[in-house]
Amino acid sequence: MADSLVFDRAQVRHQRNRAAARLGEHDFLLREVADRLADRLLDIARGFPLALDLGCHAGQLARAIEGRFGIETLVRCDLSPAMARAAGPPALAADEEALPFAPETFDLVVSDLSLHWVNDLPGTLVQIRDCLKPDGLLLAAMFGGETLSDLRRCLLEAELAEERGAGPRVSPFAELRDLGSLLQRAGFALPVVDLDPITVTYEDPLRLLADLRGMGETNALVARRRRFSRRATLLRALAAYKEQAGSDGRIAVRFDVLTLTAWRPHPSQQKPLARGSGKTSLIEVLGEKPDADKR
Amino acid sequence: MGERAPGVDPKLLEILVCPVTKGPLRYDREREELVSERAHLAYPIRDGIPIMLPSEARSLDETK
Repeated sequence: MADSLVFDRAQVRHQRNRAAARLGEHDFLLREVADRLADRLLDIARGFPLALDLGCHAGQLARAIEGRFGIETLVRCDLSPAMARAAGPPALAADEEALPFAPETFDLVVSDLSLHWVNDLPGTLVQIRDCLKPDGLLLAAMFGGETLSDLRRCLLEAELAEERGAGPRVSPFAELRDLGSLLQRAGFALPVVDLDPITVTYEDPLRLLADLRGMGETNALVARRRRFSRRATLLRALAAYKEQAGSDGRIAVRFDVLTLTAWRPHPSQQKPLARGSGKTSLIEVLGEKPDADKR
Repeated sequence: MGERAPGVDPKLLEILVCPVTKGPLRYDREREELVSERAHLAYPIRDGIPIMLPSEARSLDETK
């Protein structure tokens, strides 16, 4: 079992605990995505009296949505007790992979850049669906796609060159096309997944590494290498990374944010008609003769 | 906001279940714990924050 785990959840918790105190210096992506999630809620014409912020960090998303969208109570939940404390009450610490909520509790579950750390995303999605009320909404943003792909490639190449072997270093990410079917299999209705690229430019790649560490986003791969990278490896990777800089001397760093929108099924929702209930022949619609295509 | 409210938010007590069994929890006010009889685990409450992590919970078997 343990062999197949990608993320060391204890390590993720440790990173987030460590990041909690000074997250405010590195939280611009969390705040940006929080604002984008709030914008999406604006488009939905209903209120959400009881909401859950899953993976709440230090309250970045809570500050963007609390008291709006008909939210009367916003429960903050994070794997890291230090983050949960910083997010403000009512808060608790829990693992996204083992949620402690009664069935049919929440009108809304929101998540700002946390679910990409989950090993068992299908299992987590099923648990989220279960704790939503019928017609409750899941709105979650997570890193995916080409996030940090240039940095990943530079590290890999540097390791191969300097150490004749490479270790996994940045999380494997979910793909856009997987997530829709994952939501469907988890029993959600009307799933929509889309991708928002966010490009951040850095003059110094060390600042990027500091921001990643500051957000608690450095890698927590179970298979992460036990020893530290050699200095030569890191320098080589950073030098290669710096070569990506544009004419203004800044490196464009790409973060792909996948946003999941899905509802717990409810009879009032739109759905396809039952198979065989159609009254119009497709052949009529397409205007072709019944055996035009027959050989 | 900043003061340490003793105990846990009553709203949380209404909605929390054991993360392992999804069964009910008993609030032990004296020890500041949420007890899952079925899982034989007691989850600590620290500064009003329930720590619903099995790895942080006290096993009830050991104390018997």
